[in-house]
Amino acid sequence: MSQNTATVPDEQLVKGNHDFASITKLISDIPQQKTPLWWYIAFGVSNILLAVMLAMVVWLIWEGIGVWGLNHPVGWAWDITNFVWWVGIGHAGTLISAILFLFRQGWRTAINRFAEAMTIFAVMCAGLFPAIHVGRIWTIYWIFPLPNSMQLWPNFNSPLLWDVFAVFTYLTVSTLFWYVGLVPDLATMRDKVKGKISKMIYGAFALGWTGGNRQWQHYEKAYMILAGLATPLVLSVHTIVSFDFAVSIIPGWHTTIFPPYFVAGAIFSGFAMVLTLMIISRKLYGLEDIMTVDHIEKMNIIILVTGMMVGFAYGMEFFIAWYGGFEYEKFIFVNRALGPYAWAYWTMITCNVVAPQFFWVKRFRRNIALTFALSIVINIGMWFERFVIVVSSLATDYLPSSWGYFTPTYVDVLTYVGTFGLFFTFFLLFLRFLPMVAIAEVKMVLPQANPAYYRSQNGHSSKSE
Amino acid sequence: MSINHKTFGVLAEFANPADLMDAAAEVRDAGFKHFDTYSPFPIHGMDDAMGLKPSKLGWIVLGHGILGLLGGIALQSWAMSIAYPMHISGKPFLNFPAFVPVGFALVILLAAFGTFMGLFFLCKLPRLHQPLFNSERIVKATDDGFFLCIEAADPAFSEKKTVEFLKKIGATEIEIIPE
Repeated sequence: MSQNTATVPDEQLVKGNHDFASITKLISDIPQQKTPLWWYIAFGVSNILLAVMLAMVVWLIWEGIGVWGLNHPVGWAWDITNFVWWVGIGHAGTLISAILFLFRQGWRTAINRFAEAMTIFAVMCAGLFPAIHVGRIWTIYWIFPLPNSMQLWPNFNSPLLWDVFAVFTYLTVSTLFWYVGLVPDLATMRDKVKGKISKMIYGAFALGWTGGNRQWQHYEKAYMILAGLATPLVLSVHTIVSFDFAVSIIPGWHTTIFPPYFVAGAIFSGFAMVLTLMIISRKLYGLEDIMTVDHIEKMNIIILVTGMMVGFAYGMEFFIAWYGGFEYEKFIFVNRALGPYAWAYWTMITCNVVAPQFFWVKRFRRNIALTFALSIVINIGMWFERFVIVVSSLATDYLPSSWGYFTPTYVDVLTYVGTFGLFFTFFLLFLRFLPMVAIAEVKMVLPQANPAYYRSQNGHSSKSE
Repeated sequence: MSINHKTFGVLAEFANPADLMDAAAEVRDAGFKHFDTYSPFPIHGMDDAMGLKPSKLGWIVLGHGILGLLGGIALQSWAMSIAYPMHISGKPFLNFPAFVPVGFALVILLAAFGTFMGLFFLCKLPRLHQPLFNSERIVKATDDGFFLCIEAADPAFSEKKTVEFLKKIGATEIEIIPE
């Protein structure tokens, strides 16, 4: 029987016949090379945007929340939309680094470092909005359980407070996870760089890592535990973000489908953002051997799956609005599709439900230009999803006499645009100074890393027979 | 500076992960305890080859996680019922279902700190310098080199015999590392 069966060999995760040394060189050379001109241009533009954002934030704090387009009845609009959007983008990093690790998906090694960095910077952008939307930012410390002279304590019954804990924990755990992953690679940088000062800096952050197996033993355990902790955390964070809405009694917000729907949407938009950044970086830094078309295809499959989940949730919301028999809920959903925000609703449907359908076809999944275009379309769609949820429910709630229509001001727009400056300032610094692919982990998925590789016929893979 | 030629250990280089793993098993069987293998990535099966016990990190994390859970429940119960009791739409002061999200977040937060600090505690890091870094070749251990170092602290260590032993089990390069 065994003569009639054959094993289909797995695709090589790393293309181009690399060995350990060439992987090290490929990645550790990037921070050592002369900074390319495009980097300075991109960094300059990011800095300008960051300055714009800071100016808008200062203006908001100086003048008050009224400089945004917020007014009765719409008290949450772009601020919370942007918050949910950025947090959602962050989720892909943890999904790739933690959940795909637990599922033993070797292909994650090419993109996890990159995606984790994106997570941290995206969560930083997200955290800005709830912090500044409180109006009196000088009393923001009231949200933390700190002893104070007024003997005030936060209300632990409030989803808004749960959100503070969830997002803060998420940022901290993501950063720790990222740093633990970086330590062996920082040691590689320490041993590779020529300059005395850079050697000292990388050396200090590498903490004296030697690569001894007595360290790797604990390291691997720590990595698995952190992945195990981050997995429920990432699912809980967007669940709790959705509680901000689901626990209220506003029609269109008060739905039990929100937690899974928000998590699927977060992964959907996060993967799109990873693709956007990855497709540019792999080209600019010549990393096509590590971030291959196979990776892009796998990510497109995840985008298709989560996109379908999101589409299912859109449909289910309508079904429950009708089936639940609650007049106001029914109205709000009909109003979303046909009312004053119909333009936003149909933008969302086109970008999130229609656009990913291209990825049913293998040729499209492996088409880099199309993937790049769709990854941007999807993130536009996901921004509109949050906008539709936040604003359309508030603008037309129970009492027709209090209905309104939200129009953003220039401060709304520039604050949002400015967060891209914050994001890309940090992201470009990351690309410039840190190894942007997990060197040690990519080596681990090379066939030569497995001792069994050497035992079968002197270096020829046993799979070939 | 001093002309004290104390030896830290003998560093042997091996050609590939498989040779390193075989060598580690030989060193273990020869009765050495103070030795370690150095590689650019963790090699599967090396813990057994070296005869290492499983990592105790899990227990440290468990302890921190329990601390986070108890601390989270205590903080919320105390703040909501003793320090600042507040009537909120007729809900009980000790409203445990509402304490789940924050309690959960604190379990994860504390456990993650426990993992992070426990990892570096068990690895005996951070250190600014180690005798191992006196070696010229060890920088390859973070690139493409596979090394085994038997330390002078081991009772079975004797410089000459250990060097010969390492050559016998297939070392390609041998270096004696000063303290």
